[in-house]
Amino acid sequence: MKFGVVVFPGSNCDHDAFYAIGNVLHKPVEFIWHQSENLANCDAIILPGGFSYGDHLRTGAIARFSPVMKSVEKFAKSGGMVLGICNGFQILCEAGLLPGAMMRNSGLRFICRHVHIRVEQTDTPFTNAAQKGQILKIPIAHSDGNYHCDEATLADLEENRQVIFRYTTPDGSDDNVGNPNGAVHNIAGICNRERNVAGLMPHPERAVESALGSSDGLVIFHSMVEALVGAAKATA
Amino acid sequence: MATAVTEIKVTPEIAAEHGVTREEYARIQQILGRDPNITELGIFSVMWSEHCSYKSSKVHLKRLPTRGKLVVQGPGENAGVVDIGDGLVAAFKIESHNHPSYVEPFQGATTGVGGILRDIFTMGARPIAILDSLRFGEIKSGKNTTEEASAKNRRILDGVVRGVGGYGNCFGVPTVGGEVAFEPCYSQNPLVNALALGIAKKEEIFLAKAKGIGNPVIYVGAKTGRDGIHGASLLASAEFTEESKQKRPNVQVGDPFMEKLLLEACLEAMQTGAVVAIQDMGAAGLTCSTMEMASRGGTGIEIDLAKVPQRETGMTPYEIMLSESQERMLLVAEKGREHEVLSVFKKWGLDAVVVGQVTEGGIARINNNGRIAAEIPAHPLAEEGPVYNRPIAAPAPRVETEKDWFAFAPEGTNLTANFVKLLSSPAIASKRWITEQYDTSVRTNTLAGPGASDAAVVRIKDPKTGTVKRALALSTDGNGRWCQLNPRVGAMHAVAEAARNVAASGARPIAATNCLNFGSPEKPEVMWQFSQTIDGLAEACTALNTPITGGNVSFYNETLGKSIYPTPVIGVLGILDDASRVLKIAFRQEGDIIVLLDGSTSAVGAQHAAPLLGNLSSALAREFSSSEYSKTIASIIAGEPPAIDLPAEKRLQDCLVALAAEGALQSAHDISDGGLAVTLAESCFASASSLVGAQHAAPVLGAIVNLGADSLCSEHALFNERGARAIVSVTSSRLAAVLNTARQYNVAAHELGQVTRNGSFRIEHKGRAVLDSSIETLRDAWAHSLERALAGR
Repeated sequence: MKFGVVVFPGSNCDHDAFYAIGNVLHKPVEFIWHQSENLANCDAIILPGGFSYGDHLRTGAIARFSPVMKSVEKFAKSGGMVLGICNGFQILCEAGLLPGAMMRNSGLRFICRHVHIRVEQTDTPFTNAAQKGQILKIPIAHSDGNYHCDEATLADLEENRQVIFRYTTPDGSDDNVGNPNGAVHNIAGICNRERNVAGLMPHPERAVESALGSSDGLVIFHSMVEALVGAAKATA
Repeated sequence: MATAVTEIKVTPEIAAEHGVTREEYARIQQILGRDPNITELGIFSVMWSEHCSYKSSKVHLKRLPTRGKLVVQGPGENAGVVDIGDGLVAAFKIESHNHPSYVEPFQGATTGVGGILRDIFTMGARPIAILDSLRFGEIKSGKNTTEEASAKNRRILDGVVRGVGGYGNCFGVPTVGGEVAFEPCYSQNPLVNALALGIAKKEEIFLAKAKGIGNPVIYVGAKTGRDGIHGASLLASAEFTEESKQKRPNVQVGDPFMEKLLLEACLEAMQTGAVVAIQDMGAAGLTCSTMEMASRGGTGIEIDLAKVPQRETGMTPYEIMLSESQERMLLVAEKGREHEVLSVFKKWGLDAVVVGQVTEGGIARINNNGRIAAEIPAHPLAEEGPVYNRPIAAPAPRVETEKDWFAFAPEGTNLTANFVKLLSSPAIASKRWITEQYDTSVRTNTLAGPGASDAAVVRIKDPKTGTVKRALALSTDGNGRWCQLNPRVGAMHAVAEAARNVAASGARPIAATNCLNFGSPEKPEVMWQFSQTIDGLAEACTALNTPITGGNVSFYNETLGKSIYPTPVIGVLGILDDASRVLKIAFRQEGDIIVLLDGSTSAVGAQHAAPLLGNLSSALAREFSSSEYSKTIASIIAGEPPAIDLPAEKRLQDCLVALAAEGALQSAHDISDGGLAVTLAESCFASASSLVGAQHAAPVLGAIVNLGADSLCSEHALFNERGARAIVSVTSSRLAAVLNTARQYNVAAHELGQVTRNGSFRIEHKGRAVLDSSIETLRDAWAHSLERALAGR
């Protein structure tokens, strides 16, 4: 089992994802340079947070053209596990691997704080270790996390249970109040129809140790590990 | 030497326009043995500007303590460096970007942050934290502030905050702390002081000394444009006038994405072992970096401007040398290995060009298309610039009587309403609205972000293994109001509070950096303030074992002839040997005992520790008139800062560090702005996020406290700001141990009361409730007032 963390120019959460997987989960992980088209036989790919290409033009708009994205696309189409965090989510949307797009936060400001998200679906490789309805405390740090898509796409997302994380209050009572950025349907994270590609705005890699304020993000990485172990067994 | 026919002939008048005095011009002629050409004049003018040469402050800065057993690199390099154990060092420094932030708040703040970050990674250290110390004019209209002025101050604050966040967030370093203060004197002259901290292996620290005759000089990073010519150097070296807005083109423009690439490329290039020296291009850009590298290395340097990557066409040598375009570096590589360095920058998509070489003989020669554009002996230029011992004159002593001072409310007055007003004042209110616009958690090292502990605390991951043992704590402080009333005592308080904040996080203070913000050095009373400040800093830094390792001086903080308060901002760095022992301000659980630790008197209670000058109550009124409470409630700013007792500060700090190491405390929070009452309330407010066993949110804890029955009035007991004190909370089972440790350190420990969970906040004095409110009422006032004020409400 090996994780790959893609490094774009301007990625700045690449080391954090690397640390979470390597030093906290103690699983093999390596960096993949954006100009490489070789995914180094990784079993799961993480597109980390940051400001790839300085958010010039539009968040993720330039990164999607990096050579590595061709391979990531091929990998995803063949069922490979891809997780986009924050800017990684934005890149996946720009690349068309996930539907929808990001707008400026409704408050028009950068927001960094712990938010609470509800696990809406557990039949994905990113949430299989979580309880349905489980509430996770995880930090956000973004200017453009206001997820948006057209009505038809939104209906599809809900219909196919592709909304896997939704903002809510600490007790899960009021999703609208818990929504920090105006995202439609309080969407914090989605997966593709095939459920092997997911993106979320919150930073689970920043919530893997209680010393940092929360370890709720671990469940997402544990899920990925379990899914990989399962897949390995299946092919064995 | 050849000069272009079209070139402007330099006259003393043109020199004067460059801020070069007749004496300085004569000095230039003497150094060159001839008249300078216009490019050389430009080079001298920026190198000898106040900002770059410290010509007015040098003679005083000598008095600061700069040595210590942990100090690896003191003032004079890009940043100070201290040993933090396990073969690691910390590089840290604070710098001002005041004038540009007034002319163009967003860009001024971004380039301030970018500049200090460059200073850190230029030394081979990876930046891990940023703190920002900000001062603005009043954002609420009132007695001394018109609605128009307050609206402008709000716009400046908004631009500065967006700028700080915009740079740090994109660059990927957390902005973990700092402070924000408001006084009318900063209305036309905000202060933006940015501090950056970085980590490196001890043997991998880089210095800016050109070495090795024939070694190639390499230019890397952004292309050179016409932006920022005379930016920092000129903007920061003259006071503001009505025309200053026309200087907007002098403000540099920052690109954090470019700097992020530059960071990664520079650190990677340094790993090749082919880099001999490196210097960032900050103030005075290419001029400063070439001249200083040669001067420090005792060599000469030769560069060809035609090779310098340029963003615009037709730039003159003058413009290229003086441009302050951001995100540029100059480095010296080992001859024959330049390709190793160049390939790293190519990988990161950055310009990297060999523009010259290190030469013998100490001459800096600037060529341009085969012509010599400038030829200057580097060392005299960099090191033998003018030094002024400017006239000093103490202002006429303030004549004050009791009627100028705060009049204490009659005994038994319920002070709850005043307390709510104090908690709502921008100075005391929660700064969450600001700090949430900063990425505080990137790099996953932040153990205590803004407001969580008295100091910002970041853990240290071993660069190779990633294992965590130690943490570093940082705090910036500086009370301009107190320094205005008494510069020497105010400066001592700045050091004492920064060090106390670090100790209250559990860390041992080890070193300091300073940013000295003052008015015009040409005014004798400003130089008096400066000299007094240096004396105060020297005394406090010596007493608290925090040598000054670097920083900067910002003079000419005046607009239309009016100076700001003298504002020394001190950043103190501390080490926490066990990262898991970090102390936070939040009360943890119901029933914990609230204890006041007071280093100032081991015999009697804190309330009796007043300076015994003359009549006690008038002495207290005099001291109290400098407090936040006096300013907020009575609009009185007078008297003197609280008397300072450095040995008491040291005792308290050592005690806090020991208690943290024992793991004996539930929480710790020093007493400063707003006094004991505000300290207690803040420990309650913070409990929302850190209750023991709390899942997510939890009801806020309250407190019931009894201040006893001493003879002094309640307002003083609740709100006085004397130092050397902290409020800690302790489980009943650990109380005896805590009292015992306090005794060992000769620190008085007073049991004041208990942490409660009944939603109320109550302080009794002389048997009467002087503060009594629901904790939520207080919290609402404290939590949302800044936001409301900024919305103009």
